Formats: sequence, C-alpha cells, structure tokens
Amino acid sequence: MTQKVTLQLEDLTCPSCMTKIQSAVAGQAGVETTKVLFNASKVKATIDEDQTTAENLAKVIQDLGYDVLKVKTKEVEPA
Amino acid sequence: MKFQQYIEKHANQITLLTAILIVAGYLSKYALGSMPGYNVTLAIASVIAVIPIFIHAFQALKVKVISIELLVTIAVIGAFIIGEYNESAIVTFLFLFGGYLEKRTLSKTRESIKSLTEMAPTTALVVQDDGTTEEVDIDDVDEGDIVLVKTGASIPVDGKIVEGQGYTDESAVTGESKEIAKNVNDEVFSGTIVSDGFLKIEATKVGDDTTFAKIVELVEDAQDTKSHAEKFIDRFSTYYTPAVLILAIVVYLFSQDFKLAITVLVLGCPGALVIGAPVSNVAGIGNGAKRGILIKGGDAMDTFSKVDTFVFDKTGTLTKGNTAVSAVKSYTDDLNQTLALTAKVETLSDHPLGRAITAYAGHHQLEFNALPITDNTTTKGQGIAAVVDTKNVLVGNQKLMDANGIAMTEPQVADMKELQSTGSSVVLVAVDGQLQAILGVSDTIRPEIAEKLSELRKVGAKHLVMLTGDNAATANYVAQQVGIDEVHAELMPEDKVKFVKQFQKDGRRVAFVGDGINDSPSIATADIGIAMGSGTDVAIETSDVVLMQSSFDALVHAYGLAKNTVRNTKENIVIAVGVVAFLFIGLLLGFIYMASGMFVHEASILVVIFNAMRLIGYGKPADQIGEMAIEPAK
Repeated sequence: MTQKVTLQLEDLTCPSCMTKIQSAVAGQAGVETTKVLFNASKVKATIDEDQTTAENLAKVIQDLGYDVLKVKTKEVEPA
Repeated sequence: MKFQQYIEKHANQITLLTAILIVAGYLSKYALGSMPGYNVTLAIASVIAVIPIFIHAFQALKVKVISIELLVTIAVIGAFIIGEYNESAIVTFLFLFGGYLEKRTLSKTRESIKSLTEMAPTTALVVQDDGTTEEVDIDDVDEGDIVLVKTGASIPVDGKIVEGQGYTDESAVTGESKEIAKNVNDEVFSGTIVSDGFLKIEATKVGDDTTFAKIVELVEDAQDTKSHAEKFIDRFSTYYTPAVLILAIVVYLFSQDFKLAITVLVLGCPGALVIGAPVSNVAGIGNGAKRGILIKGGDAMDTFSKVDTFVFDKTGTLTKGNTAVSAVKSYTDDLNQTLALTAKVETLSDHPLGRAITAYAGHHQLEFNALPITDNTTTKGQGIAAVVDTKNVLVGNQKLMDANGIAMTEPQVADMKELQSTGSSVVLVAVDGQLQAILGVSDTIRPEIAEKLSELRKVGAKHLVMLTGDNAATANYVAQQVGIDEVHAELMPEDKVKFVKQFQKDGRRVAFVGDGINDSPSIATADIGIAMGSGTDVAIETSDVVLMQSSFDALVHAYGLAKNTVRNTKENIVIAVGVVAFLFIGLLLGFIYMASGMFVHEASILVVIFNAMRLIGYGKPADQIGEMAIEPAK
C-alpha cells in the first residue's frame, strides 16, 4: 500500500537544509517521491508502507537535527 | 546526534555567549591591557561559535553539497591557525547573529501565509448519537459527521447546515471580509468564522479535501515553485560556492598569502543572492493570499508581470451574469395579460431569456401559472408558438414573426433596432396575430468595470480584448461601455483558443480571464490563465492565478502585485551582486577584511529581506479589496 506522508518541521531557514533533508529522505528504501517545501517547512513524501513508515522518516529528519512537529499520513489508492 | 540537537536548540544562547566573550576579550585588551586574556577569550568564542556552523557544513558535505557554512568553517579554522582570533570570533559571531536575524525577518515575510494556515481549527465538536458533543481531533472527523460550531469559532469542515442559522465571515476562502447570512441547507466552508449564531453542520468534505485545505496547499506549493530566475540562481550557486573554494586555493597558490585566501572564502559567500529572489516571491504570494488572490509560484508571477494583453470572456466576467428583462415596449391596452401569457409560454423553455421573462412576471406578481396551455410547438432558432388560455401566442425573434405572417409597423421596427443597439436580446410577443410587446433582455454590466479596466491600463495593460459567444450587437455594446479595444463575438470555445494563439503569434503576452470552468482550454493556452470568482477544483488546477472573488479590484491588485514582486526580485539580485562586487573591489583596494566583509554580507542579507517585506504592505488593505465585489464566489 502506498501512503502519503506530510511532516511539519520546525521553521527552515537555510535553503541548503532543503537539499540535505531532500537527499536524506529520498535515500531511504521505500520512499517513492519526496518534496521539501522550504517556506512552509514541510516535507511531503509518498512511501511504500511495506518498506518504511512515516515514523522512520521522522526519525531520519530528527537525526539530521530538525525537529518534526507533526506527522500526518493518508492512504492512497494504488494507481 | 543528541549533542547536535542540543546545539541546534541553543543556537541563540551560543550566539549570545559568543557576543559576551567578544566584549570580554576587548575589555581585557583595552581596559586591563591583558593580551593573553584577549586572545584566550576570543579563541574560546571562536571555538564555541564555529560548532553549529561546522555541524551544518558537515551534514551538507555528507550529501555532497558544498555549503556556505563550509566556506566559513574553513576560513575560521584558517584564521585560528594563523592566530587571528579576533577575526575568527567576529566572523562566526556575525554569521550566527545574521542567521538569527534572518530567521526572525524571514518569518515576517511568511507571516501572511502562516496566519492563513492557522485559521483552520485543529479540533471539532462532533455531535454523538446520544446528542452530546465530543471534542475530536480534526483528522478524525469523517464525512457525514455532524459538527457543532458556536459564535466566534471557525468551521472545521466543508459542509451543509442541518440546524441553526447565523452569519459567517468567509474571508479565509474569498479574501473578502463580509458577514454572510447562513440558514439551513446553506453551504459553509472550512476556515470561515461564525461571527454570530449557532450552527450544526453535516460534513461533506473533511481534512485535506476541503476548499480551504486546497487553497493552503496551493499557496504553500506556490511559494516554493521557483521562477526561472530562481532556478538559475540555484544552479548558479551550486557551482558558485565550490568555485569560491577553488578561487581561494588559487589565490593562495599564487600569492602565498594565507590570510588573503581565507578572506576570499568569507567574501565569496553568496548569501544575499540565494535568499533575495525567493524572499520577494514569498512576500508577494503572501500578500495575494491574504486578499483571496492565489498566484501559483514564481514562474506565474514572472510571466504575469510581462502580460500586455488581457482577454476577457464576457459572460459573467464583465457582466453580472444575471440576465434580466431591462426594457418593455407595449403595443396593447392590457400589457399585464400579454406578459402573463408570455411568461406561461416561457415556462416551456429553460433558455436563459425565458427564465429572465418568467422571473420578471413573477416579480410583478402576475398570475400566469394557472393559465392552460393546450398546444405548443418550439421552432429552433425562432421561438415558441403556443395556444394559451385559447389565445394564439407567439414568443420569439423576428424570424418567428415573419414565418407566421405577423406584420411590424415602422415604429415597432425602430423600437426593436433601438433595443438591439443597447446590447439587449430582443423577444417579440404576438397574440392572435397582433404584435403586442417587445421585450429587451440584457445582462447588466458591472458598474465598476470601466474604471477598473482603465486602472489595469495604468498598471501596464496595452490591449484589452473580449472574446464572447454572445451576439455581435451585445458584445459591441458592452465593449463600448467598458472601453475594450477589440471584440470578437459569436465564438465557440475552440475559436477563442484560436484567437489566443493568434495573439501569441503576434508577439503578445496573453492573460485570459474567465470563470475557470467553461473556458479551460483558453485558460490553459494563454500565457497566464486567470480564473475569477471561483475556487473550484477545476479552476485551481487549470489556471495560473485564481481570484477567489469575482472582483476587478482583485485583478488590478494581482497584476500590480506581480509587477512589483518581479521588480523587487530584480532589485534584490542587483543588491546581492553589487555587494559581492563591492567586497572584492574593497579587498583589492585593501579596505575590506574578513570581519568587515562578513558584516557587509550579513547586512546585505537583511537589506534584501527588508526590501522584500515592503511587498507585504503593497496595495490597499485586504478588507478594502473586497468592497467592489458584486457577489461572493459560489
């Protein structure tokens, strides 16, 4: 099953943080798409539930040093 | 990782500590005359302050990005090695302090959008089966749930009122601050505020599916959708930063001057350049969002600012969109009877003209519903012939009259021509072989249009065009009234697309303004598609700019805003490039060193942010934009 994940982070202020988060999240197994919204300080990703979880992505981002304030998931019908 | 998070959390304290240490260092040098004290405190300050910078540099390097932090870290370590503790301390402090100010000021530019997203409530009062209410997290509310909203609270779902009445302020969705009366069965939107009343609402859309959530998502995406200029700068800075590093090495190899080399590292930071363009767009998009104007990103902003031709779709855009009987010419002693017969005949039709006539009759309290119709024939392109109340009634155009041998007198023909020339559609009525009435039906032109169109010209529009499916007489009349340069009438949707393409071939930048539903092909073809007065999914998807309310004030504001935002972006780029040039010239002439260079850099970053912040206040206040609106978006 595919899941759409939205993570609300603390305010991002440096554009280079974006690149970091983008490549760290995209590098996880089971992550299909990633999009970092710099101004909204959000990360949107679609993941394969069998391979990874929203909590796992939150942990990856936390480990980079950015607080994850809120995690939202939504099931997506397989296309 | 714990250590790193600790550092991130205490960045402000670290900055403050560094500042205190620097002051202490200078005090010990100049007040106590202690050089060791001076050097030691400044060295400690440098070490403490470089930690967060180093962490960022290292993380970026892990994902193969050469960041500004890396340049600063190398420069600071270099300064440390050659014993320039004061330089390293001040550079790190300025970098951290600049970052802090940047965060504070950046949040100002984001504020308008943030305040928008915060309008959505996080919990809802859901009515349970036993009639009690329970506070539930907004994500757990389902479609079909009944939620309770009291005065002052904001509505958590899109839905229909099932009980109660009140007034709502829909400014979150339309940008227009106005109280709207709501009763049972009326639709309400998430994010709007119940200013007075007590409503029970059945949820039809929840969570991310609500109109409001879609608007928020659109705006959030828009801020991060980059213009070509921004993309170029991004690409540029990915090469620029490593290039500065190489330049520093080259400088060292040739001059053997270590201090000069590390100074180059600090001066080469592309700070203001990276932040300058995005910050203008964020401020500009935020300004629009507050006023119910959604501009889809930097690219749309850029193209919109270059538009010189506006193409309007007449129906519903220049007019109020409600056709009504505007003139009645009578040739009978009992006009009311004629009108009642006409209205009865028109109940057979769902043509807009017919509806206008039945509405008119109803409005004048004419009893027509009870009249018996015994026979009727509809002729396409002509009208209807019917036997009503034993009278032979013909309702239609001149062709219908000709076909049935109805003669018109010269004054009658003159009346008809006169009505046509004012843009009305004309309906002729004959009863038992005699022409008894001529009705003029027209769409009312919005009263403010002419003035707003001339404002649009002042902002920079060169050519205003109307493409419409209406008849030529009506189209010409409307165009003349409001001041349109070019009119093409009686067009099909695909003809409109052809015209748009032709304008583009002629080298014009075309914005197509429509309702976003019927004209999606043209909206998609035009350089900029503007959907006016509708926040529907289709409109949001196909257009580049969405005006939530059907107001020309909003159109003029959006156009001016786009021009200002793009100008602001250019100013910021000039400032940023100018600063780097100034620094290098300063370095060559010998009056700029590391610390002063860093100071100028950080100052320039603040200058571009402050410059962008001017956009937040552009134009009239949000609540005045709505005043000219005729009706709220449906």
